[in-house]
Amino acid sequence: MMMEQNVAQSLGLTEEAFMKIAGVLGREPNVTELGMFGVMYSEHCSYASSKPVLKVFPTEGSRLLVRAGEGDAGVIDIGEGLALVFKIESHNHPSAVEPFQGAATGVGGIIRDVFTMGARPIALLNSLRFGRLESPRTQQLVRGVVGGIGFYGNVMGIPTVGGEVVFDETYDGNPLVNAMCVGVMKAEELTRARAEGEHNPVFYVGATTGRDGLGGASFASRDLSEASSADRPAVQVGDPFLEKLLLEACLELIQEGVVVSMKDMGAAGLVCSTSESAAAGGVGMKIDLEKVPRRAQGMTPYEILLSESQERMLLVIRKGEEQRARRIFEKWDLEAVEIGRVTDGDRFLVMNGSEVAADVPVSLLTRGAPVYEREAREVPQPVLSDEERRKLPQPRDWGAVLDRLLDSPTIASKRWVWEQYDHMVRTNTVVPPGADAAVLRLKGTRMALAVTCDGSGRYTALDPYRGGLLAVAESYRNLAACGAEPLAITNGLNFGNPQKPEVFWQFKRCVEGMAEACRVLETPVTGGNVSFYNENPAGAVDPTPIVGMVGILRDADRILTTGFKEQGDVVLLVGHLRDEIGASEYLKVIFGRKLGPVPMVNLPEEKALGSLMLDLAGRGLVRSSHDLSEGGLAVALAECAIKSSEGVGVKIEAGHWTQGLGWDALLFGEGAGRMLLTAKQEHEKEVLEAASRHGLPARRIGICHGREILIERVLQRSVEEMRHLYEGAFTRRLGETHVR
Amino acid sequence: MKFGVIVFPGTKCDHDCLQVLREVLGQEARPVWHKETGLAGFDCLVLPGGFSYGDYLRTGAIARFSPVMETVIQYAERGGAVIGICNGFQILLEAGLLPGAMLRNRTLSFICRDVTLRVDNAQTLFSSLYRAGEVIRMPIAHGEGNYYADSETLARLLGRRQIVLRYASPEGELTERDNPNGSLASIAGIVNERGNVLGLMPHPERASEAALGGEDGRRLFESLIHSLKT
Amino acid sequence: MHARVFVSLKRSVLDPQGKAVRGALETLGLKGIEDVRQGKFFDLELADGDPAERGRELDSLCQKLLANPVIEDYRIEWVT
Repeated sequence: MMMEQNVAQSLGLTEEAFMKIAGVLGREPNVTELGMFGVMYSEHCSYASSKPVLKVFPTEGSRLLVRAGEGDAGVIDIGEGLALVFKIESHNHPSAVEPFQGAATGVGGIIRDVFTMGARPIALLNSLRFGRLESPRTQQLVRGVVGGIGFYGNVMGIPTVGGEVVFDETYDGNPLVNAMCVGVMKAEELTRARAEGEHNPVFYVGATTGRDGLGGASFASRDLSEASSADRPAVQVGDPFLEKLLLEACLELIQEGVVVSMKDMGAAGLVCSTSESAAAGGVGMKIDLEKVPRRAQGMTPYEILLSESQERMLLVIRKGEEQRARRIFEKWDLEAVEIGRVTDGDRFLVMNGSEVAADVPVSLLTRGAPVYEREAREVPQPVLSDEERRKLPQPRDWGAVLDRLLDSPTIASKRWVWEQYDHMVRTNTVVPPGADAAVLRLKGTRMALAVTCDGSGRYTALDPYRGGLLAVAESYRNLAACGAEPLAITNGLNFGNPQKPEVFWQFKRCVEGMAEACRVLETPVTGGNVSFYNENPAGAVDPTPIVGMVGILRDADRILTTGFKEQGDVVLLVGHLRDEIGASEYLKVIFGRKLGPVPMVNLPEEKALGSLMLDLAGRGLVRSSHDLSEGGLAVALAECAIKSSEGVGVKIEAGHWTQGLGWDALLFGEGAGRMLLTAKQEHEKEVLEAASRHGLPARRIGICHGREILIERVLQRSVEEMRHLYEGAFTRRLGETHVR
Repeated sequence: MKFGVIVFPGTKCDHDCLQVLREVLGQEARPVWHKETGLAGFDCLVLPGGFSYGDYLRTGAIARFSPVMETVIQYAERGGAVIGICNGFQILLEAGLLPGAMLRNRTLSFICRDVTLRVDNAQTLFSSLYRAGEVIRMPIAHGEGNYYADSETLARLLGRRQIVLRYASPEGELTERDNPNGSLASIAGIVNERGNVLGLMPHPERASEAALGGEDGRRLFESLIHSLKT
Repeated sequence: MHARVFVSLKRSVLDPQGKAVRGALETLGLKGIEDVRQGKFFDLELADGDPAERGRELDSLCQKLLANPVIEDYRIEWVT
């Protein structure tokens, strides 16, 4: 008894969980069974700490076809018989240990989550966070992660169309790599990971099972420490070519109508994919491990069940259709083996030839995991006091401040990154990376998909509730800026050790903020991923919620873009001007201060801004649009000019629009709910009236003019100079990846 | 006209080529699985981009031995029109239908972006609707597009005007700055001696619709359609 | 029988990977490196047979598949 309990503990099971399992089984579980429970009850698989908190997310909506938790990914109806499937997943720990393969297999995993639902993946995005780009270790991580993401997506033939890359010392040693995939399908082809029908055969398809990645799920649930390097076998090597074959074969199988259930073997491999498929369908399952194709000699049942070898799928095929299924597997040169059957009842029986390796109730394995009500302790929020604010030296040269921000890696152009990704394959990418959101046309319809992937680390560290609000609001605004109607979100929540009450409080408050924003903005949560234990010897990383939001443009011809269009167009600013510089890039880059208060958020106004943009885009009144975010108005103006294909500049007019605010807050404050628009002069009045009808303040602040940004007696920079700084920031630090 | 678009395991630009040929150009086109042999009735075979067999040995090296390639080689030898785009170009090189080989980009990274190209020979089947010396825009997306050939081969390519497209500045000059991958003599696309087989690294199918930001690539397909009709 | 096939770029062909590795070695403080060439090798486990015949077969496979003679050289090493 003692010995088994020790094993249980080393596998991450608490004494309480062990006693419960033994009680239900009426006997002591064997080592294989303990391993299965250990991994299924791990934080990664069971959401033991996060489940009670995530309940506050709004998961209802008329467009939702699959609710959060019901499938591998969220599914929403976008009309015309089409549905979108999308999800985010993190691969932080593997990427820290082996950046190229860690990031690559992260992309591979999220792609499988999407095509197992029956959708063809059409876009990849990612949110990347690293330490200071000046450090050689960070540079190595950036090269590895970007290379790995590119490798997997490029070979798969799925365009990587957007995302974000942020640098902050908090991520030194613990980078965040969150990958998002979006797929599209005919709504009627929706496939679930739900085993059904007694006697239906269970197929194992894809790569062989090896010892690689053993215990990855529990690996992801531990702090990143020096010991992680010794865990090196926990990192797997990705094979995107094999996954491309799996993708094509699986979609063909679904079209042929032979599939009952399909699930990726991701975290916790075979044990998770079999038991969760059975649990979802309320059935049992019997499998034989001897039939599982292996690449290593002498693997134990424990190892076969828990291996996390990549590029493997579990399919339940309609009985009688085995031959049709086999023909499709053969066409794609895939190894497919029938390893078991669906059975009646709640019994998960794992054979190893003629011997019983494990025999446990499906429900106990999948739903018996303990749920922890973690302790939360409020953390005081560091703010820049009024007095400190007054003492901050006012820069003499605002142009030099802008230069430094444009050259700071978080703000600067990420072209160095996204030119290593095939962002055009499948010929749908209408707005390429580098814009507020990526826009892809949906062939065969007039519609276009707008999608964004954004997070808020610093805001959340300084004020978790507002950080949560802002993560959602910023994504919403990014879609609005393109003229899209935001529909729903998925999320990736990256936090420290949840057993620390301060961390858990951050998590809770952040989720509450996100939930509130999703409710008011009517963008329900379709699913997501929680990654805890993002810590390194120096402490936890900034709590970082990532939001992946999808939206639809009903008319692909009415897409709004960032760049200024023509000399003489008027420049309008929608939204409130407030005296806010807290939590800004300006404070961080210029003064090295990471202090609040985090900008306030008015959700009804964010919603109004979204409606206004839809209205303006629909009437064709706006020529360019860009939301204000990191770096505030000055950086937004610079980006609109830099991204103007004609190099159109802007002349800001003096006048009472500044409301007497200081240039620091005016130019570099990061107040929420604001949008920079340009319009033809004759439409100025109409746009301002529309804003007022939506209850939003708006004013003209200047005119498109010349080849520079000009604010008389304050700031003057040529578009060419700014472009040089902005486009060259990565190359100056990382060297050329290519000429030009 | 009837196009066959050849699909190897790992091909990824087949959908894009089929869509342009059918929807944009109104031609007949169908995918041809790499295990098919004895192709008949096609006016042109297209080998699209991708990572055939993962490009695990060398780009194009394994695809070159697919069953369909026997037929492609015979078809080309009889004078049939063949276009190899990106990975398709690499396969044609491996199969010996075009001279030379591909090395990794000199930056060692995958590069996806628009490039400017100079049309060096506007008298081929595939380029007749361009003007000689015209500068056009098309995207590239590859990690191994650094064209290499020995000096005799290069001399032959130049002498017989087999170089169709070269990476060039917007003004049409051949500079190192405008050569994205380090290709010998800035070569982006070549034809065989007979002029019926074209290989190019840029993706004309991605530059065939205004909605995607450019239409210069469409004229390549239109040239072929025009040439074969007359 | 066990054969090892080494494949590397011809001397006349620029090897960008080798060049990058050389640069990295120099940054790490290793001086006096004249040149670095990168390559790959294949380990082949072959059924026993006549060594001369096996050698000819393997040589032809190298030319056809394992190496691209336009840019690459190869060398076969028999391991006993």
